[in-house]
Amino acid sequence: MSSKYLIFLGCAVPYRVSSYEISSRKVLAKLDIELVEMPEFNCCGLPLDPVSHESMLILAARNLALAEKTGLNILTLCPGCAGTLKKVTKTLNKDKSLREKINGHLRESGLNFKGTVETKHILQVLMEDVGLEKIRKSLVNPLTTLRVAEHVGCHLLRPRNMIGFDEPEDPQTLKKLIEATGATCLDYADETECCGAPSVGVSDKVALQLARDKLNNVKNVEAQALITICPFCHIMFDTNELRIERAFNETYGIPVLHYPQLLGLAMGMTSEELAFDELRVDTSKILLVIKGVNQK
Amino acid sequence: MPIRASEIDPRFKYELSRIHGGEKLLRCFQCGTCTSDCPVARFSDAYRPRTLIRMAQLGLKERVLTSDTLWLCAACFTCTDRCPQGVEVASVIRVLRNLAAEKGMVPQIFKDQTACILDSGYAYKIPELRIRKREQKGLPPLPKRSPEKIRAALKGVKFIEKAKKEIEKHEQ
Repeated sequence: MSSKYLIFLGCAVPYRVSSYEISSRKVLAKLDIELVEMPEFNCCGLPLDPVSHESMLILAARNLALAEKTGLNILTLCPGCAGTLKKVTKTLNKDKSLREKINGHLRESGLNFKGTVETKHILQVLMEDVGLEKIRKSLVNPLTTLRVAEHVGCHLLRPRNMIGFDEPEDPQTLKKLIEATGATCLDYADETECCGAPSVGVSDKVALQLARDKLNNVKNVEAQALITICPFCHIMFDTNELRIERAFNETYGIPVLHYPQLLGLAMGMTSEELAFDELRVDTSKILLVIKGVNQK
Repeated sequence: MPIRASEIDPRFKYELSRIHGGEKLLRCFQCGTCTSDCPVARFSDAYRPRTLIRMAQLGLKERVLTSDTLWLCAACFTCTDRCPQGVEVASVIRVLRNLAAEKGMVPQIFKDQTACILDSGYAYKIPELRIRKREQKGLPPLPKRSPEKIRAALKGVKFIEKAKKEIEKHEQ
């Protein structure tokens, strides 16, 4: 059975993290998830929430109204977009007078939010639409020699009463999906803590300290890689890893993969196909581990 | 710092309680769960969500709205999930930020992102090189963007009107 979704790329993925998009599209196609491009797009609204909640509601509702015209549900790669679109759908479906007000802003461009579209993050689609069994059956090269840690981040989990996905205090979805590739998923301290990305630009020092703390905890359990599902978390851990090492005199060398890259490897795709060349931290060691080459 | 009676706006807490997200402000009994569970507070001695909430309850309007630490919240929503009183701490902080932003007190990064969204529809300016690289990598073109329609949709929003004026001034 195949499912069809509108793919909602967001801003951060096309701006800086195309490895996530490339690997996601490849993996989803193999698992019979059909993707249709958004006919028109604007920022989900989340970056404006701190300065103008109303603007966030309008931008999100605009995207949802555009999606409604296609009759398809949304799949996002970014948990920030997923969280925002979910929250706004719930808020405007509950508060009719607020919905009227927001729709007033959309009227000029002939749009109207009805609240009929469901938004899912890719992790949710992999778990709910594809399922662990189908993923296990798709494996060509189970990653049984690999030991990794996961980082789900914040916006796919919290606030609990708005998102309603997984258990925010002890999330299991990404762990199960990692274990489905044959890899071992390690527990570590403060797994559900924030990566720090939202504080970049306000206080880079605080932001990098948050990421450093996470990387220390991941290093302490000797994970061979860190697996993320968010473009912002990925930037904090991969793009900024070297910067953190220099700033705090640390050594990590921990590769940071998008979950679809990990899954793709297990499905027999090559690191080239999965855009490993766009990652900052050297991944050659884990590619050897996967091939079964003992590097000690 | 001592509090002066003249600083206190006794209506402020009621004003906040009427804004979406601030409804439960009055329930806070200062237990401190928000601060003790806050990942930012672990690394910043200045940032204390409990203090911000107390300042809001006391009516220290100017002081809380001009506080630099207001902008340190990472919006991870841990405080909101764990508050035993259901205060939605992160949303109260967002309400305070929105009020500060309407008065023009907002870190540069938010001004930049607002300008970018009004100009391009995206929160970041995506370089031409990236767009060409998409083609080379076999990715589909980015969806259509209509910045003029976005500006029309955001018309009348107080913060946006203020931001637009500032952008115009900057361009002249």
